[in-house]
Amino acid sequence: MADVTAVQAWRSHGATRRSTHTLRLRVSAALIAVTVLAVLLVPPLVRLDQQAVDLAAKLLPPSWAHPFGTDDLGRDLLLRCVYGLRVSLLVGVVAAFTATLIGTAVGATAGALGGWADRTVMRLVDTLSSVPHLLLGIFVVAMFRPGVWPVVISVALTHWLSTARIVRAEVLSLRSRPHIDAAVSGGASRWRVTVRHLLPGVLPQAGLAAVLMVPHAMWHESALSFLGLGLPTHTASLGTLIQGARGSLLAGQWWPTLFPGLFLIIPTLAVAGLAGVWRERINPRRRSELML
Amino acid sequence: MLELREVTAGYDRRVPVVRNATLTVAPGEAVGLLGPSGCGKSTLARVAALLHRPDSGNVVLDGAPVHRYRHRAPRAQRTAIGVVFQQPRLSADPRLRLTDLIAEPLRATGRRSSVPERVAELADTVGLTPDLLTRRPHEVSDGQLQRACLARALVLRPRWLVCDEMTAMLDASTTAALVRVVEDYRTATGAGLLAVGHDRTLLNRWCDRTVHWDTVTPTATEAFV
Repeated sequence: MADVTAVQAWRSHGATRRSTHTLRLRVSAALIAVTVLAVLLVPPLVRLDQQAVDLAAKLLPPSWAHPFGTDDLGRDLLLRCVYGLRVSLLVGVVAAFTATLIGTAVGATAGALGGWADRTVMRLVDTLSSVPHLLLGIFVVAMFRPGVWPVVISVALTHWLSTARIVRAEVLSLRSRPHIDAAVSGGASRWRVTVRHLLPGVLPQAGLAAVLMVPHAMWHESALSFLGLGLPTHTASLGTLIQGARGSLLAGQWWPTLFPGLFLIIPTLAVAGLAGVWRERINPRRRSELML
Repeated sequence: MLELREVTAGYDRRVPVVRNATLTVAPGEAVGLLGPSGCGKSTLARVAALLHRPDSGNVVLDGAPVHRYRHRAPRAQRTAIGVVFQQPRLSADPRLRLTDLIAEPLRATGRRSSVPERVAELADTVGLTPDLLTRRPHEVSDGQLQRACLARALVLRPRWLVCDEMTAMLDASTTAALVRVVEDYRTATGAGLLAVGHDRTLLNRWCDRTVHWDTVTPTATEAFV
């Protein structure tokens, strides 16, 4: 009897868990969809100039005409935020996927080769991770003229380390399984074993790492721009918007800081929510627990 | 001949799992290796299948000493030995359908053209119906998956078979069926067999000669005493 109630409790607990998951999944997916649609559709559809300066309308608080208010040059902040998000998302997505590509290649090579190659590569990764990566990023950015691509390169080159570690660990654990032994015994070359049997096994983890990296890369872009090292000031990005609004915040105008800040935080939370659901799905331990 | 000469192997040089094991399988001969759980049988089987480099001692395959193991072993040597492992679940790539599982060695060795014909032939031999072939490992039973694993081991027509507790996870009828498949293959091709297991009755009935772990590794018992 006690067993039956325990099982029922477990089931209903599982059901609540699943429904909160679904809710989280829906909210996150909706937020991401709105963000992506706004970024893709607003610039071609809304024929307003985000750079249009109107000094007569500078630093207006939020109103119906300007839902997010205007900045110190009278530019509409909603429009500026959307354009800024566009640049920040572009930097985030491209940098995150480049970083994941580098990380997967390095991690898979180290894991699949093993031995001294693995030790050398992973010590190199340890060495690089011991340097604060914002510092390393600043160093890379400083080598180029300000622009979008130097920021992408800087973020990509400093963020593959964690992916390399994750992928290597996965490859190492997969490598010792009998099905890899069977492939080797069947005459598969090292390349074939890596590409056909090891990499498909680590792709879900690498994909998760890539998705989680997108908001991180956006934050880095903002940090670099805020420090005045990333994008040039006239290019709207969330970082340059926040940086430009610093002065007016002290004068009591909160809107030029708040809205770009929210635009940075909301996609981050949405991606984190989505990644959480994904992680639960690909976690084989959780899955086998459910099958019992 | 598949010869293991004074093989010492393990996963840490200081604590070898197998000490000085010597074992010979003649062409066409079936040798059963009996031993208690955890004695190192599987490690020895991995060495015999060239999947694990011994710390000392060597393997001689058809008169040619083996110097390199795993990926470094010449492909002809590696594929001369077919291996079947104990746990079909772990020895099948979860992403491959059974057809691809069986065909994988053919594709890996560039014999793509013979895939449909060989797979159909072997599926029939091991008793897998066509609808099972389109399923993935999690959609079939252990017995069906082990049949596919045996088919994969036979697909390259190896001269030697290493069966590491091949039937330990299976029921009596599947065991009988798989043993018959191996025996039919051996009668047809004259392949040698190293069957590792702990089931004395099975190995005695299956193999020409059954050796006990203690006689394979004469010094091991002294070391443990």
